[in-house]
Amino acid sequence: MTPLNRQQIAWRVGQDFENGWLVNLGLGMPVNCSDYVRDGREVVIQSENGVIGAGPLASANAADSDLVDAGSRKITIAPGGTVIDSAWSFAMIRGGHIDVTVLGAFEVADNGDLANWDNRIPDKGPLVGGAMDLAAAAKEVWVMMEHTTRKGAPRLLRACTLPLTAPSCVTRIYTDLAVISRDAEGFLVHEIIAGLSRADLQARTGAALRFADDCGVLAAPDIAEKD
Amino acid sequence: MAIDKRVSSAAEAVADIGEGAVVMISGFGGAGFANSLVLALRDRGVGGLTLVVNSATHPLSQTHTLIEAGLVRKVICSAARGRGAELSPFEQLYKAGKIELVCLPQGTFAESIRAGGAGIPAYYTPAGFGTDLGAGKEVRRFNGRDYVLEEAIKADVAFVRGDVADRFGNLTFRHAQKNFGPAMATAAKLTIAEVRVSQSEPIAPERIELPGVFVNRVVTA
Repeated sequence: MTPLNRQQIAWRVGQDFENGWLVNLGLGMPVNCSDYVRDGREVVIQSENGVIGAGPLASANAADSDLVDAGSRKITIAPGGTVIDSAWSFAMIRGGHIDVTVLGAFEVADNGDLANWDNRIPDKGPLVGGAMDLAAAAKEVWVMMEHTTRKGAPRLLRACTLPLTAPSCVTRIYTDLAVISRDAEGFLVHEIIAGLSRADLQARTGAALRFADDCGVLAAPDIAEKD
Repeated sequence: MAIDKRVSSAAEAVADIGEGAVVMISGFGGAGFANSLVLALRDRGVGGLTLVVNSATHPLSQTHTLIEAGLVRKVICSAARGRGAELSPFEQLYKAGKIELVCLPQGTFAESIRAGGAGIPAYYTPAGFGTDLGAGKEVRRFNGRDYVLEEAIKADVAFVRGDVADRFGNLTFRHAQKNFGPAMATAAKLTIAEVRVSQSEPIAPERIELPGVFVNRVVTA
């Protein structure tokens, strides 16, 4: 079996964006998802610092330190885009206008609890940013992450062990091994990478998995990992 | 006498900020940091400050210079984590128990400032409910959903970075410079704008993004 790399996970998430959606992408892995929207579909990327219609990264000669996303990356504005202030940007988020937010995570519980802001590094200060507002108020909260920690411990659990970002909010999880939805009954697997059995996936997961009747193969095109 | 809010230097603009002031500082993600005003305040050297700033540790903001100089008693922010394993000036003081921290979800941070400028003393938000940041806060259920009560934030002074200002204090912003500026300008008793260009000629009405009624002083930097 070959787990998806991070770009491939981002590709898989991007395939599920519907035309016309307003999408917020978390810092780190999720910002790459906008590169993989299906042909013929157009989505509007919201960055919590107020950029509505965030475009691709700016080329070196067009980079403008006043035109950045929430991750301080120098970006462009897509056609039809604009910039609003932070209070309005979070009114947009809190008001339920975001169709989906894609966030990274440390842990997700089978009741939808999300832990993605505090991994308890000793003496380091807190960094919450907009994660709690997004998790609490986006119409859909999708998580993309590696299925297990670097040490092999499961990240999909019965209950989160790290501080919560929001209770009962996650609706889908895209990992390097599987695509999983989450409903009132817990985790439901829709796709698994080739060569990994259902039992093997369950062994890497800290909560019971159900498998969709049409559970299929998780596959992505060859995409090189970026730095 | 004609209205003219332009002052000659950042030092002059901050000259009457006193010990213990609550200071809002705009800026996010590298855009819109009013760094000349922050450095002027550092040089002024008044202590006991409370900073209302999105990040206490952003590398492109000069906020850390106030913290390093020991002038800050308390920080209200949504981010206080320095990059890398090494502890930032804020983190060192926080570890030593020498600085107070209030960490808020960023939308709560923004809305509390907006509320502060809009005459709303407190409001309910879903963000933070069921988390460590919502712990101890009053909870109320509306339409089957739980919300936490958050209080407005006001300040003595706000530092805002804009692009162009006119003598009335009207402002335009470039791109993502705007961020917390408009809300902070409404929530402070004294708002000082640092801009690229200031002009006596009024900015065209349809171009103004923050009306000068919320701006008291303008400095070019």
